[in-house]
Amino acid sequence: MTDWLPVDAYLVESLPEVWFGAVMFALGMYLVLDGFDFGIGILYATLDDEHDRETFLAAFGPVWDANEVWLVAFGTMLLAAFPRVYSRLLADHYLLAIGFVLALLFRGLGPELREQRDDDRWKRYCDLSFVAGSALAPLLFGVLAGRWVFDAPTLSLPAVLTGVGLVAVSVVTGAAFLAAKTDPGLARPLRRYGIGATAAYLGGVVALLAVVVLTDAGGAADVILSWPVAALVAASVLSGVAGSVFALRGRYRAWLASALTMPALLTVLVAVLLYPTVYPATGLTVREAVVSPLALNLTTVLGFPVLLLVLWYFKFLYGVFSGPIEADGYGE
Amino acid sequence: MFTPVTVLDPGWLAFLSPELASRAQFGWTISVHILFAALSVGLAPFIVYFTWKDVRTGDERFARLRSFWVKVFAAGFVMGTVTGIPMSFQFGTNFPRFAEVAGELIGGPLAFEAKMAFFLEAVFLGVLLYGRDRVGDRTYVLSSVLVGFGAWLSGFWILVVNAWMQTPQGYEMVVRNGLEIAQLTDPIAAFFTPRLPWMYVHMINASVISVALLVAGVSAYIVWKKRDAAAWNTALKVAVVVLLVSAPFQALHGDAYGRHVEDTQPQKFAAMEAHYETGQADLHLLAFPTSIDAISDPRAENLFTVSLPGVGSFLASGGDFDATVLGLNEYEENPPVALVFWSFRVMVGLGFLFIALALWGAFLLYRGRLSESDRYLKAMVVASPLGYAALLTGWYVAEIGRQPWVIQGELKTNDAVSAALSGTDATLTLAAFVVVYVALIATALYVLKWLIRGELRDLGATDDADDGWRGPLPEVNEND
Repeated sequence: MTDWLPVDAYLVESLPEVWFGAVMFALGMYLVLDGFDFGIGILYATLDDEHDRETFLAAFGPVWDANEVWLVAFGTMLLAAFPRVYSRLLADHYLLAIGFVLALLFRGLGPELREQRDDDRWKRYCDLSFVAGSALAPLLFGVLAGRWVFDAPTLSLPAVLTGVGLVAVSVVTGAAFLAAKTDPGLARPLRRYGIGATAAYLGGVVALLAVVVLTDAGGAADVILSWPVAALVAASVLSGVAGSVFALRGRYRAWLASALTMPALLTVLVAVLLYPTVYPATGLTVREAVVSPLALNLTTVLGFPVLLLVLWYFKFLYGVFSGPIEADGYGE
Repeated sequence: MFTPVTVLDPGWLAFLSPELASRAQFGWTISVHILFAALSVGLAPFIVYFTWKDVRTGDERFARLRSFWVKVFAAGFVMGTVTGIPMSFQFGTNFPRFAEVAGELIGGPLAFEAKMAFFLEAVFLGVLLYGRDRVGDRTYVLSSVLVGFGAWLSGFWILVVNAWMQTPQGYEMVVRNGLEIAQLTDPIAAFFTPRLPWMYVHMINASVISVALLVAGVSAYIVWKKRDAAAWNTALKVAVVVLLVSAPFQALHGDAYGRHVEDTQPQKFAAMEAHYETGQADLHLLAFPTSIDAISDPRAENLFTVSLPGVGSFLASGGDFDATVLGLNEYEENPPVALVFWSFRVMVGLGFLFIALALWGAFLLYRGRLSESDRYLKAMVVASPLGYAALLTGWYVAEIGRQPWVIQGELKTNDAVSAALSGTDATLTLAAFVVVYVALIATALYVLKWLIRGELRDLGATDDADDGWRGPLPEVNEND
């Protein structure tokens, strides 16, 4: 294999940067796709009606397992390309990371188990586990991300605002996804929650960036005052406002498209703030933290075509389950 | 910096060292995870078979079996995912030095597992569970095949990593950014280590045996309750046939695997036999402790054994009764010998029990009396969790037997643990994982119970006061 795979040079000169982009792409896919799952979980708490609850669960039932795998893809790609960053990032945020995975665990079990037994108390426990896990997971992941990007303590404004921001943007995408998948009767209250969460998210992002500029957390003040960040913030505000207008006009697919842009832009913002390092606390740049050429070349040659295939599966999966959900949910 | 735990830290909470707590945590989480992972791997061929027969023949029996076992598979997959994500994090949270040193070697395969296998399983499981009316027959069967393929491929990449840790090669140690790490030099050697084929075949087959016993046990129970349940008579037959092939194969394969371990990890081999003095080795067919101490310290003088003199040497060397086998006294540090020794005995003992059950079933099947033998049905219900017991103890032999090394001969487990980790944090999270995962296992068992009850209700089986036998499951009555 080493005959045709370069051992001492990257396949293309910019491969380390490409992998930084690939890792951020996986993170973005996770925040976008599992983000709306979290949002559905949080909005679920607003329902009283059993039929509505089942509709919410049916809306994401066939896809959430697959959405969650993007987290594993993100983690393992980070390990494969930047092992030192992976190990430091998790070792430095031990309790947050474990808390996050436990929250994911509760989120995942709730909907899976509630249908196994026709018993109101059992269903209440499962619902509680689902809602709490759905709210805690993005909160803890956001706090972890805030610490990661800004090198800030757990209970500091940058970390907490990032956590709250991630919860808010999840509610926005969750509301938009549900509105696009369910009937108008259910969509109406979702608009209110979605627009409120949009305002909270945009306000949170602006407050976060202001705090970071004022305190120069993680030395990020200069970057934040640069034009790419200004453009990203402007684009986020534009998506949020446009999405809210679409929501009010009942154009839910357009709302969904605008809403999903927001976590995607957030990921780009994270990438801009981090680069050229992957984890500022290590002081290592992308080039210093990346694995040796042979390992990265191999992961590229074997991994990238598969990544394209994965994107194709997702298109297929969402295609199979496209359109409004049926009255009885999907399947058997 | 404020962290709630530092403020609350009562000191005594840190009664476990970070290393011990991390090892216990990893060992515990993988023990639970592996049950669900093996369920996916072992159930995959059954699902493919039932789906294929259902779509091809339209036979109601297979539709019923497919529907039931796909639900079990889905519940197992969710549990496997939720228990597997913490595990992948633990390389970083608890053993960051391992992730740093081995990142180049293990990162690739783990990323391939996620991208090639895990996505495949998750995406097509969605189709398999919810898409019967939304895709064509062919796509539906293909989805079951892809889910199964995903499960087996997932096992492959995980075992690429594990086999490399057992018999590492294809790398050299270099210093980068002031840290000594393993740098990949030969991908083929690093992926296809000497251990990989042994481990993969043994593990996949162990999963198939475990699930065949589970399917047989569930079928036996339902047949016991409802003799004319056609689908479940079929499932019982299928499971017995699978067991008849897989159980004897595992014994033959395991014997050859043992010789390979002696060649590559003599210390582990010595621990499996509690062989302390270098020299001729006997084979202990059976071993019983003669005192309480012998349980924690199994040595020849503390045990009553039924042994074949020199056969240990014969097997290890491939034909010489007098061959020298290295003893544990040769090493400075040894794995916990008792755990390895007894785990190995439990695994092998259960393996022979499975062969006996398979032969008994085959005999009954040949006589056409499979579902009529109450004794056999009861035996299979009791045996249904034992495949998992064998699988876990086998895994302990492989993993605990490798200690003190996390990467054999290269990195000690003790050196792989996070320097930043406090005993308190590690102990707290260990406790959290113990509580949550115990609840998870209980939940999984309840889910299985409800599925079985639902099935019995569907079949119209109600409590039959005549049978008199109370199995591990509560009786079904019309109120359920």
